[in-house]
Amino acid sequence: MAEIVLDNVVKRYPDGALAVDNFNLEIADGEFIILVGPSGCGKSTTLNMVAGLEDITQGRLLIDGDVVNDKAPKDRDIAMVFQSYALYPHMTVGENMGFPLKLAGVDKGTIAKKVGEAAEMLELTQHLDRRPSNLSGGQRQRVAMGRAIVRSPKAFLMDEPLSNLDAKLRVQMRTQVSRIQKNLGTTTIYVTHDQTEAMTLGDRVVVMRGGVVQQVGSPTELYEHPTNLFVAGFIGSPSMNFLPGRLEGGGRITTSLGDATLPDELRQALDKAASSSQDVIVGIRPEHFEDARLVPEAKGGARFNVPIDIVEAMGSDIYAYFTVRGEGAHSADLDDLAADAGNDMHGGDGTSVTARLDPAARTRQGQEAELWYDTSQLQIFDAKTGDNLLEGVTRAKTGSENAPT
Amino acid sequence: MQQETTQRKLTWTAVNTLVLIYAFVPVVWIISLSLKDSASLNDGNFLPVSPSWASYQQIFDNPDFTRALINSIGICLIATFVAIIFGTMAAYAIARLDFPGKRTIVALSLLIAMFPQIALVTPLFKIETALGLFDTWLGLIIPYITFALPLAIYTLSAFFREIPWELEKAAKMDGATPYQAFRQVITPLAMPGVFTTAILVFISCWNDFLFAISLTSTSASRTVPAAMAYFTGATTFEKPTGPIAAAAVIITIPIVIFVLLFQRRIVAGLTSGAVKG
Repeated sequence: MAEIVLDNVVKRYPDGALAVDNFNLEIADGEFIILVGPSGCGKSTTLNMVAGLEDITQGRLLIDGDVVNDKAPKDRDIAMVFQSYALYPHMTVGENMGFPLKLAGVDKGTIAKKVGEAAEMLELTQHLDRRPSNLSGGQRQRVAMGRAIVRSPKAFLMDEPLSNLDAKLRVQMRTQVSRIQKNLGTTTIYVTHDQTEAMTLGDRVVVMRGGVVQQVGSPTELYEHPTNLFVAGFIGSPSMNFLPGRLEGGGRITTSLGDATLPDELRQALDKAASSSQDVIVGIRPEHFEDARLVPEAKGGARFNVPIDIVEAMGSDIYAYFTVRGEGAHSADLDDLAADAGNDMHGGDGTSVTARLDPAARTRQGQEAELWYDTSQLQIFDAKTGDNLLEGVTRAKTGSENAPT
Repeated sequence: MQQETTQRKLTWTAVNTLVLIYAFVPVVWIISLSLKDSASLNDGNFLPVSPSWASYQQIFDNPDFTRALINSIGICLIATFVAIIFGTMAAYAIARLDFPGKRTIVALSLLIAMFPQIALVTPLFKIETALGLFDTWLGLIIPYITFALPLAIYTLSAFFREIPWELEKAAKMDGATPYQAFRQVITPLAMPGVFTTAILVFISCWNDFLFAISLTSTSASRTVPAAMAYFTGATTFEKPTGPIAAAAVIITIPIVIFVLLFQRRIVAGLTSGAVKG
């Protein structure tokens, strides 16, 4: 167990490409840290630098107070779980898990005992004599975990360990990974591109983009106070809706959903932010929409009428999809996100919006509905820089229950 | 449907039989020749009428042949062993590492493989006589290694490329030194490739006639293919057909043994289960 400090870490490849720029992070002993971001954002490179599989171009890496920049992976005493599991096919499950101990020169009795304990924790006891090729994907994944656990390293590094599993197994393993980490209390750095894993597993989440850390914080912090458009769009599923807007005087804001008046605390925060630009991008999370009929008139917020394109009833929620006319919101951050999600095509005009409504909502596919949205939960971003203008604002708790005055 | 499969089976059996006959007629013929005595050699029968071991007795009574057999086995095993050791290291480097001059090494080894060996015989002869290597085991082992290495490097680097790189990273993370990772993780996985290559290299050395005849002069280092050329009949007018056939049969046996022995080690799909996909 150890604390890990990354101090201004930079990774530049010989061809000049900058993979990670000025990465600063202090990871406390026993903390579960998630590095998340779209592919190519430098998260795996960062992990490999901590592991010692890649050189650090600049900056310092400290494990337990010692600078380990120039130490070989074997001298850092950290274990890694690979995306592909990387099990040794010529060894049995038991030999695979015992391999790190064998290399460390531990005697056979102790190896057998430790492997036995780890196997029990991972429910692999009856498979110890089998070879990896005879195991299922989930079992292989557990063997890979076991190999990391047996030697009680200072830290676990996990590089998308669940991404090769099917969806159901992934959810199951996710809770198991979390449980194991909590039981062992070992410092863990976990790389993923899946924001759900990031939200559910981590004590703290590091969102990266293009080699630069965008925001570090607890999952709730990232969800409620995203520092910029990129974080706002990346965290949350279904993701936040973005609409171009214009700030008018007196706390009024115009978007393609119509005019709305901002609550006082947001207006004050906006005044303080003193953005030169009147052009903003407004972010609304799907759950901050509601069927207008279910919201009392006194509750504030804003209402609008829109034809609903598609309704998906999930039982606990209803997802309503509709299109609002006008230019979509554009910024480098959002284009990056769209490219990562694979929908970087601009189909027709208008912006597609997702709303998560109460199951009691009476919206019908193809019919016009009156929807309400909670103005107290709006996120407002500078259209040019993508920075959140309301980052520090404390808001009233989830708007639909406690209406702002 | 049923008929079609039967018909297909019959077709394949016919084709296979044809190929087998084509391949085995010379072999059977050689064996048959080796079992004939000198009187019935030219009697026109494909199979010997009265088989005799006379030719075999004759060659094993010939000290030149037994000595050549020992030379062949010794020289080929040593050359194969050394070529495999160096070939493994070179192939690993070529498959895994990025270093300046990598392409040059690959190109050079390709060049060696393409170079007509006969063009090298005279220079090699001169060099070896000057160095005192002529007519020694080493004098044959060195050129054999030279020509075996390109073959070894090519075959082995293809095998190394198949081994997922992540296994090596995993070994490093598990606390292995680069040598331990190579020795305990990579080499066991490359074994099928190593054995395949060893068989190919051994056969190419074993069957060499050109260097064996040119770089030796006595039975001190003459290998079997060369020694066979010096067989003489019982009288000056008798051709040593029987003994040559017998010697040909004898030198085929080690290769068959070698292949059968190592074939068991060539297990396909040894790396399955290492990484997903």
